[in-house]
Amino acid sequence: MAHKLWELFWTFTKIGVMMFGGGYAMLPLLQREVVETHHWATEEEMADYYAIGQCTPGIIAVNVATFIGQKEAGIPGAIAATVGQVLPSLIIISVIAGVLTSFASLQIVQDAFGAVRACVCVLILNAVLRLMKTNIVDVPTFLIFIAVLAVAMITNVSPVVFVLLSGVLGVVIRWLQLDGEARKGAEK
Amino acid sequence: MIYVQLFCAFFHTGLFAVGGGLATIPFLKHMAENTGWFTQTQLADMIAVSESTPGPMGVNMATYVGYTVAGIPGAVTATVGLITPSIIIILIIARFLVKFRTNRIVDSVFYGLRPASCAMIAAAGISVVSLALVDLKAPIEELFQWKYIVLAAVILALTRWIKPTKKLHPIVFIAGSAVVGILYGVFGI
Repeated sequence: MAHKLWELFWTFTKIGVMMFGGGYAMLPLLQREVVETHHWATEEEMADYYAIGQCTPGIIAVNVATFIGQKEAGIPGAIAATVGQVLPSLIIISVIAGVLTSFASLQIVQDAFGAVRACVCVLILNAVLRLMKTNIVDVPTFLIFIAVLAVAMITNVSPVVFVLLSGVLGVVIRWLQLDGEARKGAEK
Repeated sequence: MIYVQLFCAFFHTGLFAVGGGLATIPFLKHMAENTGWFTQTQLADMIAVSESTPGPMGVNMATYVGYTVAGIPGAVTATVGLITPSIIIILIIARFLVKFRTNRIVDSVFYGLRPASCAMIAAAGISVVSLALVDLKAPIEELFQWKYIVLAAVILALTRWIKPTKKLHPIVFIAGSAVVGILYGVFGI
């Protein structure tokens, strides 16, 4: 048991060190470590975990780690895998944040970050365009996008409000659509 | 107490931010506005650092904010707060995995939620634009930060339309921008 927990912890620590740039980048890494090396899950199971990780709250990579850990060794396994997954971030970011805080006032650091912020704008724009392609699929989803964008820009409403409202709206719209189709079906 | 506040703020983020690291950005923007723990400018810098270091972006952001607010104990508190809801929810869902995935209501919730999440990230992006590319406090003739707008336009072209550079990792562009920024400073642009 202890050996298994260590193995889970260590494997996800390695994944945490090697993955760059968020949950989407981790799939190939996970496949190699989890499916091919350790046989903790099949290819199909991985796809399922990944899909569920994306549509449950929280960080995708953490969700997947928790899933695999719990499957292999119950709740202790879930914790071992998850701690392994976040440990490299904790160490690396603390070091970088510490260094940057001490040097933030240097002109050269300010010059560098001024330009990096311009780059961040483009990276977010690209991410949004990519998300729009898959998430805005019809007129209702387009209207939700426009409405949330407008309200989020001019007010300081908590994102929680948008999350809850849009979720409810999704259920209502789908229900109305199904209802409409059912009525058409009945008329025929 | 600051640790309790940090834990609660990130627990809240972890509970409601659906769809990975990017989805935490609107929550952090809201946090910056309401708590004063960090500025919007610092948030933009955190995004850059989180994208160019290993590990999940959301976890990196939480660690960074926690560290900024209360040092290493703060970093640990914020990160644990962020991942606690995930762990609880996944442990519950793992019991009825297949049903959850194919549930029609879950599917409908996400049908509405995805465009909203996308819009919130867009709004957060626009606020980064307003502090990175335009300087609202500057006199009118210096309103547009042309040197940064030109850089952003070049990166946009490189990441969207130019084939050989399109697939490059964001870290390449972030590091490249840092070099350009330093050169701007050296040449007094």
